[in-house]
Amino acid sequence: MAVLTINGRQVTVDAPKSTPLLWIIRDTLDLKGTKFGCGHGFCGACTVHVDGVAVRSCKTHLAEVDGKSVTTIEGLSEHGDHPLQKAWVAEQVPQCGYCQSGQIMQAASLLATNPAPTRDEIVEHMNGNLCRCMTYPRIVKAIERAATDVRASIETQGAGRKA
Amino acid sequence: MTKHETISAGNIDLSRRSFLVGIGAAGLVCGFALPGVPRAAAATGSFDPTVWYGVGADGLVTVNVAKADMGQHVASTMAQIVAEELGASWSHMRVNLIGNDPKYNDPVLGAIITGGSWSTMMNFDAMSRAGAAGRLALVDAGAAMLGVPAGECIGQESRVQHLASGKAVSYGDIVKARKVDKAYSADDLKAITLKTADQYTIIGTDVPQIDIPAKVNGTARYGIDAELPGMLYGRIVTPPVRYGAKVTDVDDSAAKKTIPGYLQAVVVDDKTGTVTGWVVAVAKSYPEAMLAAELLKVSYDKGPNAAVSSESILAEAKRLQGLPGGELYWKTGDAAGAVAKSAKILEAEYTTSINIHAPLEPMNATAEIKDGILHLYSGNQFMTRSSAIAALSIGMDPKNVVIHQAWIGGGFGRRLDSDMMVPAAAAAQAMGKPVKVVYSREHDMQMDFTRPLTYQKIRAGLDDKGAITGFDHDLVSAWPTKRWGIPGFLENSVDGKKNVLDGFAAHGADFYYSMHNHTVRTVLNELAQNATPSGQLRSVAPGWTFWAVESMIDELAHAAGRDPAEFRLAMLDGSDGNAGAQRLANTLRVAMGLAGYGTKTLAKGEALGVACVSSQERATSSWTSCVAHVAVAPDGNVRVKKLTVATDIGTVVNPDGVRAQIMGGALWGMSLAMFEKATLKDGAIEQTNFDTYTPMRMKQIPEIEVAIVANGEPARGTGEPTVTVVAPAIGNAIFNAVGARVRGLPITPDAIQGAMKV
Repeated sequence: MAVLTINGRQVTVDAPKSTPLLWIIRDTLDLKGTKFGCGHGFCGACTVHVDGVAVRSCKTHLAEVDGKSVTTIEGLSEHGDHPLQKAWVAEQVPQCGYCQSGQIMQAASLLATNPAPTRDEIVEHMNGNLCRCMTYPRIVKAIERAATDVRASIETQGAGRKA
Repeated sequence: MTKHETISAGNIDLSRRSFLVGIGAAGLVCGFALPGVPRAAAATGSFDPTVWYGVGADGLVTVNVAKADMGQHVASTMAQIVAEELGASWSHMRVNLIGNDPKYNDPVLGAIITGGSWSTMMNFDAMSRAGAAGRLALVDAGAAMLGVPAGECIGQESRVQHLASGKAVSYGDIVKARKVDKAYSADDLKAITLKTADQYTIIGTDVPQIDIPAKVNGTARYGIDAELPGMLYGRIVTPPVRYGAKVTDVDDSAAKKTIPGYLQAVVVDDKTGTVTGWVVAVAKSYPEAMLAAELLKVSYDKGPNAAVSSESILAEAKRLQGLPGGELYWKTGDAAGAVAKSAKILEAEYTTSINIHAPLEPMNATAEIKDGILHLYSGNQFMTRSSAIAALSIGMDPKNVVIHQAWIGGGFGRRLDSDMMVPAAAAAQAMGKPVKVVYSREHDMQMDFTRPLTYQKIRAGLDDKGAITGFDHDLVSAWPTKRWGIPGFLENSVDGKKNVLDGFAAHGADFYYSMHNHTVRTVLNELAQNATPSGQLRSVAPGWTFWAVESMIDELAHAAGRDPAEFRLAMLDGSDGNAGAQRLANTLRVAMGLAGYGTKTLAKGEALGVACVSSQERATSSWTSCVAHVAVAPDGNVRVKKLTVATDIGTVVNPDGVRAQIMGGALWGMSLAMFEKATLKDGAIEQTNFDTYTPMRMKQIPEIEVAIVANGEPARGTGEPTVTVVAPAIGNAIFNAVGARVRGLPITPDAIQGAMKV
């Protein structure tokens, strides 16, 4: 049994504490956007945020998120319009798309703490997320585009306040 | 007798149809036509001029796509071709993924199958004609509604427009008014005059791919996301050998005692022999099924393949190569005789390791038997065969199967197979309830239908002017497509034996270089065939044949003292009747130009290398060249700095999508060339997860530049060809950089260092 917040909604989950969070998300809470890839944290397809930090949900036990806040791809933005999601569409990143929820969640945790990452910082942060279709060049471009867009919108807002 | 043939532009090899008609002979065709297969476009009142799409009263056009969409955006591509001729706005296009209903059989192939980079090439005409038929009918109906002559109207942007008066009526309003219901016969469709390339407004543009928005917000549904009321979960338990084991006993007392949701261990008695020795642990939740599976004590008879290893497969391949036998895939002149009389003779062995598909969505299927019908929810590339295998595996009639297609989380040929449906069907039958079976990554890797371990030996000669005298090529491997047991899929030998060889283990060896004495012999390695049932891994044979051919051509160029690129261009003159050779030459010129070939002074240990390929098959070739730029360290470590790829695929439907495929394909090729290796020991694949089988990561990717030669010739395929060109380009670049010739894939620092010392 655990009580957690999932995409802003509090839920009580009745399952053994050692149950991998991934299957709670997918099967108990029916949020299918988070994917099973390898079961050991090698591929990153199952990446979600726990209290804002990117974690591999396949090797995170239910007990570890008791009282915590979990965000999945479905909760990243209200209308699928997070700057990264928009950039992912603009750059036409996904091929099969199966890893992309995890890629976006991993990238979101980077931009949350580093709004202007260098290419090396992007690669370092993203290297644990496998893309079997090899969309890596477009992932990098999309993160750079999103970072630029976020900075531009902050500057615009700043200018607006000044005026 | 030469097997060379002239491939005129647009001349699709319709003989392939006869391959697949052969499926029927094998009793595997699925002939059902059940009502109730979900079809978004079937909404009442939609206008369906052919089976391929419907136009709704809301103006939305739903294209029925029977091609498996595994990330190549083929659904969007089919919609784009329809939209062009239909005159529909791109924003109105939708897609409906088709399962196994033979009504949607491929117009050329006569089955529902996705592979070979065939889809666009083989469906371009049918989708164009279907689209045009709809436009003609809508223009007729719309003109009548507007009270103007149809001949003065056009169908564009989802409206019938009368140009002189500016009057218009939308497609949706025409359908809503029920003014159009014309259906088209095959002859009607054939008689339609299609647009010419200069009239295209949608084909050739970067319209956004239809599947992408759902793939960035978590709503795209894959097979693994299937959910049925009352569904149970199954986790498979697989034997300690890849193939041939039998279950002798299952003790589930520990699972019963400790896992509350555990229900039953189902021993899979697969009547098709697709899987052997499998058990499904069924439970009320997947985590409980996982735990129960670990607690099952299964005893096995390991069967006849328990001692087979990569080493024994390679040793057997070498033994077979030394014997007469095998089948002749290609023969012009007398290669062996010509080589023997040469001024210089080169002989080399080339190998490739076992490789694993490892799509990121593990194999899975959800099965339910309802009212005598087996329903399967699983993304698949070969619905026609898979539906039959699923049914026959549990003793059902193939007519009584419905497969529900989904977006596919990576195919690469893996989902041409049907093994994932077998345990799901068995468990659903045993439990009398829907069951979802999901492989662990370990199962997915160890039970893969792998790219086989291959061994090739080439003997070739040069005359005293440095020209190739003869090229004698032996190929030894498991034959992936022979395994399907569909006689029509096998090709004739050039010496007249019918249906005796697996072309999918030899394609590419029939290259486009002008060569008067050229033999290709292909030999089945039965030991490998039995122990490692092989599959079609993205690009299939050209993934290994071009490794050998393009490496040997390079070796010959160096032996002749010629520039390897110029050496190739001289042989791509089409003088042998090889129409298409010049197109390949042109892509090589484009790639060389973009890469600055011959214009740069590079640092010590760096060099460029070239390769050019005509994947996939003679009749379906695209033309692709690559220049690889590598930096090799003294310890043999290689950094691929840049790949420059040029490809000619004729007509490009969506340039951005093609670029994505070429980039992905090139990086796939590099991953296979340098980072992916599986091994067999004691009859089992040793690699189990992404820590030991290691596809390329973001840190390892090189700079990559892509050029598309869009010359208006009929569309060719793009999903696979680029995969095949990269390994030899890298190998050739390594030789140019440090003089080390590597002949085995994957290329390792040890192999390079070893070759540097020679």
